[in-house]
Amino acid sequence: MAALWRRRLLGVSGLCRTVRALSGKNEYDLLIIGGGSGGLACAKEAAQFGRQVAVLDYVEPSPQGTKWGLGGTCVNVGCIPKKLMHQAALLGSALKDAQHYGWNIAQPVHHTWSVMAQAVQNYVKSLNWGHRVQLQDKKVKYFNMKGSFSDLHTVRGLTKAGKETIVTAENIVIATGGRPKYPMHIAGALEYGITSDDLFWLKESPGKTLVVGASYVSLECAGFLTGIGLDTTVMMRSIPLRGFDQQMASLVTEHMESYGTKFLKRCFPTKVEKLESNRLKVTWKNTDLGTEETDSFDTVMWAVGRAPDTETLNLEAVGVKTNSETGKIIVDASEATSVPHIYAVGDITEGRPELTPTAIAAGKLLAQRLFGQSSELMDYDNVPTTVFTPLEYGCVGLSEEAAVQCYGSDNIEVYHAYYKPLEFTVAERDATQCYVKMVCLREREQRILGLHFIGPNAGEVIQGFALGIKCGATYPQLMKTVGIHPTCAEEITKLHITKRSGLDATVTGC
Amino acid sequence: MKFYLVRFLCPFLVLRAHKEGKPQKLLEMNGHTPVPHAYDYDLIVIGGGSGGLAAAKEAARYEKKVMVLDFVTPTPLGNSWGLGGTCVNVGCIPKKLMHQAALLGQALQDSRKYGWQFTEEVKHNWMTMTESVQNYIGSLNWGYRVALREKNVTYENAYGEFVGPHTVKATNKRGVEKLYTAERFLIATGERPRYLDIPGDKEYCISSDDLFSLPYCPGKTLVVGASYVALECAGFLAGLGLDVTVMVRSILLRGFDQDIANKIGEYMEEHGINFIREFVPIKVEQIEEGTPGRLRVTAKSTKGNQIIEGEYNTVLLAIGRDACTRKIGLDKVGVKINEKTGKIPVNDEEQTNVPYIYAVGDILQDKLELTPVAIQAGRLLVQRLYGGATSKCDYVNVPTTVFTPLEYGACGYSEEAAVEKFGEENIEVYHSNFWPLEWTVPSRDNNKCYAKIICNIQDNERVIGFHVLGPNAGEVTQGFAAAIKCGITKEQLDNTIGIHPVCAEVSSAIQILCFSSSII
Repeated sequence: MAALWRRRLLGVSGLCRTVRALSGKNEYDLLIIGGGSGGLACAKEAAQFGRQVAVLDYVEPSPQGTKWGLGGTCVNVGCIPKKLMHQAALLGSALKDAQHYGWNIAQPVHHTWSVMAQAVQNYVKSLNWGHRVQLQDKKVKYFNMKGSFSDLHTVRGLTKAGKETIVTAENIVIATGGRPKYPMHIAGALEYGITSDDLFWLKESPGKTLVVGASYVSLECAGFLTGIGLDTTVMMRSIPLRGFDQQMASLVTEHMESYGTKFLKRCFPTKVEKLESNRLKVTWKNTDLGTEETDSFDTVMWAVGRAPDTETLNLEAVGVKTNSETGKIIVDASEATSVPHIYAVGDITEGRPELTPTAIAAGKLLAQRLFGQSSELMDYDNVPTTVFTPLEYGCVGLSEEAAVQCYGSDNIEVYHAYYKPLEFTVAERDATQCYVKMVCLREREQRILGLHFIGPNAGEVIQGFALGIKCGATYPQLMKTVGIHPTCAEEITKLHITKRSGLDATVTGC
Repeated sequence: MKFYLVRFLCPFLVLRAHKEGKPQKLLEMNGHTPVPHAYDYDLIVIGGGSGGLAAAKEAARYEKKVMVLDFVTPTPLGNSWGLGGTCVNVGCIPKKLMHQAALLGQALQDSRKYGWQFTEEVKHNWMTMTESVQNYIGSLNWGYRVALREKNVTYENAYGEFVGPHTVKATNKRGVEKLYTAERFLIATGERPRYLDIPGDKEYCISSDDLFSLPYCPGKTLVVGASYVALECAGFLAGLGLDVTVMVRSILLRGFDQDIANKIGEYMEEHGINFIREFVPIKVEQIEEGTPGRLRVTAKSTKGNQIIEGEYNTVLLAIGRDACTRKIGLDKVGVKINEKTGKIPVNDEEQTNVPYIYAVGDILQDKLELTPVAIQAGRLLVQRLYGGATSKCDYVNVPTTVFTPLEYGACGYSEEAAVEKFGEENIEVYHSNFWPLEWTVPSRDNNKCYAKIICNIQDNERVIGFHVLGPNAGEVTQGFAAAIKCGITKEQLDNTIGIHPVCAEVSSAIQILCFSSSII
């Protein structure tokens, strides 16, 4: 039926819209291109208002041929498999801890990748299925097709088999997300390397792995690979976790180093070759020494950033503006692109955090504004996030650097403390990097600008505080909050040493 | 001021320790005006637990002359411990570590599903765990002593009791008595486990005061009581692989949200813990001596005359705790206690009816029995006494966590209390079950975790109660408690972005994910 609708000409959209409105020609009230976190949330919310909604989702296989089901990055090749594999690694430490706690575990202890991967993949597939069922339940039409604009209200969907379907809609949301970048200038990169799009779907262990990049994706993957017992090296050209608080970033990498992840700092790869043994020989430049070095690996994974997936959308046809540098879609506070009835949410949008929960919230609020007479805009400030490195790092608000930049170092007060999680004591684990830092304004009220926490369960710890900071929490209010004993989170309520004082920030006793 | 008045109540006693010149010299060196009366100390703290030590150390910061008297009366089975009070020695610390041991047992099972392979048979060794836990506690005891010394707080391992105005008698282990005077006193003696007062209880039963240092695995255990201590201990014992039964007189976790309390009970039952409800023990007999021995417990129905018998290796009593206030000479100085509970009523500045005597911690009437509360109360009290501060301890919206196998974190009102205070029509309860991502792979305990938020409709849907049942509930609850302190409303809660994928995310997504329900 959709195929019957005629394609319309560009430039007469106003007229067309009137005609369509009168004749009921527009098939859908809302069409969403991209079935990831943001797109699906928006679709389901719109459907709740009784609207006709369609979702186009299509996964272009990775250069290595990996593909997956409905749900986007988070579910298939992001948060979900990442956190589960992180959990596998944490359980590896738990096995070691357990012996200190009286559990007799006969050595040796092995990890089998395929068992983990199968379990993770099965769970992900169940989520794919769940998303399809949810769409069906909510009467959202789902097309497993790649979408591209034909005109302002028309999108052409193409199936894997090349079958074309034309979909028209009053409003269109672009939510196609991003995909890992390949360093195309490096010989062998595309041919022999994998990305996070492949890692979670590997059937066999990646073996000795080189992870290139210092993004959170890189550090998280390197962290869990090390944790399940693989020889893992991170190669980074400059700083780790750019954009995050750099003191915290150093603690994160320091901890990883002390737990066996190797780091090649200030190095960048120049070529990847396949050896007869099927291993990969990587050549890199050490910028400190000015030397060229090589080593061989079983797997080389690129984690050098992500690029928005806009190329095939044919945005030029409708005039949706993108940032020429990043390729991301420029949106206003209401997620509208340069074309008023075309919106964008999630990783594809310029200047927005690339996080699942923000995409979900933005998608939902957009649907509420479009169909629910809401005017509430998405608030992108004070969004908490967590990096699931072996020692987790959770934060909300400004980094210390950003706070200094915004307010000047004389106008901020930084409270900090090193602490030891109770569970580490019996397990005889090193807690050198367990650290918490709170950045406040220095003026009387001492409003909290940023909170940073490194330690176990950082995500769980930071979530509630994010809520407080959202409500404008001040340092005195936090100090009035009674701790929960014995937890790691209580350290935050006990912060009293300022960086300015120069006092020792090591926590002792209860 | 050159001399301290030396009082000899007992003429044979030579008072030395407190007369030594160091604190006095310090005072002079610092140019302080001496206290108007010739007291030995500015502050004597009776009880070296969380609250007492916090207060003592804080007072030392103001260069006050401070003494701490701490003495652990051995349990009926003869156990005693070092400086630091309940939390460190027989409370939060060993409890959480043993809870962790039990969680690691679960982790071992989970780990196989996550690809880890090791021998099928994994046994737990009670002694390995207990020795590690006790070693850690030993280091904390030592740490406290060092901290007191560094801060020039005088510490005596002696039992303190009032013998007259501004005067305490300190009796050490060997029965040597000394008298000390002070301008002010802080009572922080805490509580000890209650016994049943039935035949065999003190002879054969243990309490949480014994459990954490038990030199043998307790074996098949009957836990008597349904307090959080009872459920936490039962939980970790079962988690370590022991056969555990809980005997409950009436309800679980009195004072906590009952909806959640029952969920905790259900979860424990599903995980192999037996519950005998509406029974109380009336007799405990020893069948066989040993480590552990064998005990026969006879119990009677609370509803009729039904009598049951059971055989256990260990019987752990966790039926409540009594304040240590009846044998510290409070009558000698006129400090009033609640005759029924033994607890001390204080005003909002932790002052008893005797103006120079203060009290903090578990012995306070109608206050919370929590370490961080005692610490906060002790510190703030000292800051008011010596630092010119005015800040009072805020006992409202104090968060807490019960470390049952499925942890329960709470802050603010329970649903029952909210209904009672505000009326059913004025509160809205948002709730949701959730399944932690980490549990999906081992495919366990779907829909067991739960979160509930109680809002006051009349006050802009302000959050007045937060309850979460799930892994790391303590870590999750802490930040929410901070937010509640900041007066968070439901709307603000909804506007907070979650961290994906964590359990704490559920609460901010409660409304989005799930259903709003009118209660009951």
